[in-house]
Amino acid sequence: MSDSAAPPESVAERRYLKSARRRIGRLGGHGGRGLVIAIPYLWLAFFFLLPFLIVFAISLSEAAIARPPFKLVEDLGYGLYQVTVNLGNYLFLLTDSLYLVAYLNSVKIAAISTLVALLIGYPIAYGIARTGRAWRNILLLLIILPFWTSFLLRVYAWIGILRDNGLINNFLLWLGVIDQPLPLLYNDFSVYIGIVYSYLPFMVLPLYANLERLDPSLLEAAADLGCPPWKSFLTVTLPLSLPGIVAGCLLVFIPAVGEFVIPALLGGPDTLMIGRVLWNEFFGNRDWPVASAVAIAMLLLLVVPIMIFQRYQMKEGTR
Amino acid sequence: MDQVSDATAQPSGRRPAAEFADTPWLDPAARPFIDVRGVTKKFGDFVAVDDVDLQIYRGELFCLLGASGCGKSTLLRMLAGFEAATGGQILIDGTDMAGIAPYERPVNMMFQSYALFPHMTVESNVAFGLKQERVPRGEIRDRVAEALQLVQLSAFAKRKPHQLSGGQRQRVALARSLVKRPKVLLLDEPLGALDKKLREQTQFELMNIQDEVGITFVVVTHDQEEAMTLSTRIAVMNQGRISQVGTPSEIYEFPGNRFVADFIGSINLLEGRVAYETDDFVAVLCPELESELRIDHGPSVQEGQKVWVAIRPEKIAIRPDSGGALPAGNAVRGVVEGLGYLGSETIYRVRLDGNGDGGAAGGRMIEATAPNLTRSARRAVDWDDPVVLTWDSAAGVVLTS
Repeated sequence: MSDSAAPPESVAERRYLKSARRRIGRLGGHGGRGLVIAIPYLWLAFFFLLPFLIVFAISLSEAAIARPPFKLVEDLGYGLYQVTVNLGNYLFLLTDSLYLVAYLNSVKIAAISTLVALLIGYPIAYGIARTGRAWRNILLLLIILPFWTSFLLRVYAWIGILRDNGLINNFLLWLGVIDQPLPLLYNDFSVYIGIVYSYLPFMVLPLYANLERLDPSLLEAAADLGCPPWKSFLTVTLPLSLPGIVAGCLLVFIPAVGEFVIPALLGGPDTLMIGRVLWNEFFGNRDWPVASAVAIAMLLLLVVPIMIFQRYQMKEGTR
Repeated sequence: MDQVSDATAQPSGRRPAAEFADTPWLDPAARPFIDVRGVTKKFGDFVAVDDVDLQIYRGELFCLLGASGCGKSTLLRMLAGFEAATGGQILIDGTDMAGIAPYERPVNMMFQSYALFPHMTVESNVAFGLKQERVPRGEIRDRVAEALQLVQLSAFAKRKPHQLSGGQRQRVALARSLVKRPKVLLLDEPLGALDKKLREQTQFELMNIQDEVGITFVVVTHDQEEAMTLSTRIAVMNQGRISQVGTPSEIYEFPGNRFVADFIGSINLLEGRVAYETDDFVAVLCPELESELRIDHGPSVQEGQKVWVAIRPEKIAIRPDSGGALPAGNAVRGVVEGLGYLGSETIYRVRLDGNGDGGAAGGRMIEATAPNLTRSARRAVDWDDPVVLTWDSAAGVVLTS
């Protein structure tokens, strides 16, 4: 009798339940996770990877007077197709110095803007991280507030501020400091203003996130061990905020290199940036293959800093 | 730099007279090394430290003991220079510390969180303070190696703090604060983050290290056991004031007031009035007890004065009630209502018979502990047993405040 008092489920029943539980578990855990990850990946595959491949293919084609204006696959009839891979577009980028100069100039403008944004953004982030909790949120809100207005409108607003009879020049003329307007608009200066202004929040926010986590007792420890405040900043605060600096700089530098709107609206005729060159190739010259090659080259150029950023993030994660 | 030369000169320098070598505070000629004079610290309306006077002598291991929020950490931070006193004066080795920044003070602090620099190796953490002093490179290397040896971490010199265990980090923090040979080492809850076993072990290590380096230690702790084990003297703090300063045994056996008696260890506090006084003892009548309390002379009291008698549980003897008359004083009857077996000893919570009515109701609770001297599964006194509690006339302390 004691044997029949065994568990109510038979062996087969138990086995079934076990596998069912496992299946349910997989759906909720593993399968569900896969699904959640798949959606953004599919999105990226369709709207980023696929267009990228198309652009890449166009960059290997030949320009043609056609619609669309390039020739990659030729119909030879009889069901035969010929694919011509043309590396000439890339060679063209190297031979015509316009592209190299535009690239270097973009990198230069982006680098200087990043540096200026860092010099302005670091004290802002530091100040916010050191204020009381109540004020901190208000200050952060003020940093994010400009995003509530369209980027384009904000860049347009700078035209009104910087132009010859704009706010600044009129004010200075009224003061009598100058007797003719300063050339503030349509040159590299106004491009720097536009980029630094537009991307400053991207510098401040990661820096703030980093500095806010800095344990104040570390600074006290540094002071206790003989560091005057400026030295504790250099030996403790600055090295510990390096990941924040790297993140902020890349978030400003990467979009600034390929920036098109700001140099187009605020830049002068000789402000050469790769974004504008790209635009001109596409819409001015209707040379899609060369424009595509410019785009691919720019992308490769930006992959390097992105990879540095990734490595930094990984390092941060292991700490 | 002067703190280095001073520290090295310490063994030959102003050592207290031999008879007071271990108890400099008793030496009338001794000059306090740290002199806190009427120091007050206010945060807005809140008074964190209230008119504190404190003298700490060279070579002491002094503990500031109190519950959280009693002002002990604030006092320590004022010694370190992180907070400025609202009023009063702090002198370290005869120098007024007012207006002297933390980085210019001859003190180092070991932080509660250890505050190790996460981006530096153990070695660089320890070397940090010496670099600020511009000590020559070779000397830095030697002194760092020496300090790591002292805390037994030489093998971990190249690791980063996050690769260490809590106990190891604590020792790095100690090495980092010792390596500069400060005049005073301030320790904020130094063992707070360690588990019990490690804490006990580290307590003794800390005492040995202090003995070896001869630096004056000021320790802040809320853990009375830690304070009792470590210190030469303890200052018990309460609501920003110092309740009592004394050696661990003074604090434990002769608490100066009810707060100290209650805060340190467990205690039975009995309220009563002085009945009469003889040359040998004070008799106190306590409404909660049947018999009178007789206590060897402590402070002078007046007849009829309201006093409290404090008796430690371990000084009360417990035995089964076999009937018969009680002794003339210091004896009560009761019933065991609670019993806690701690292994080394047993705690009894005894409900006293109410005054005269003989019933179990209404009587107050007295705690007594008895060491478990023999191995036995059967207890001589068990739950609900009627018992007699007795104690010596030297067991209790009369408190007037």
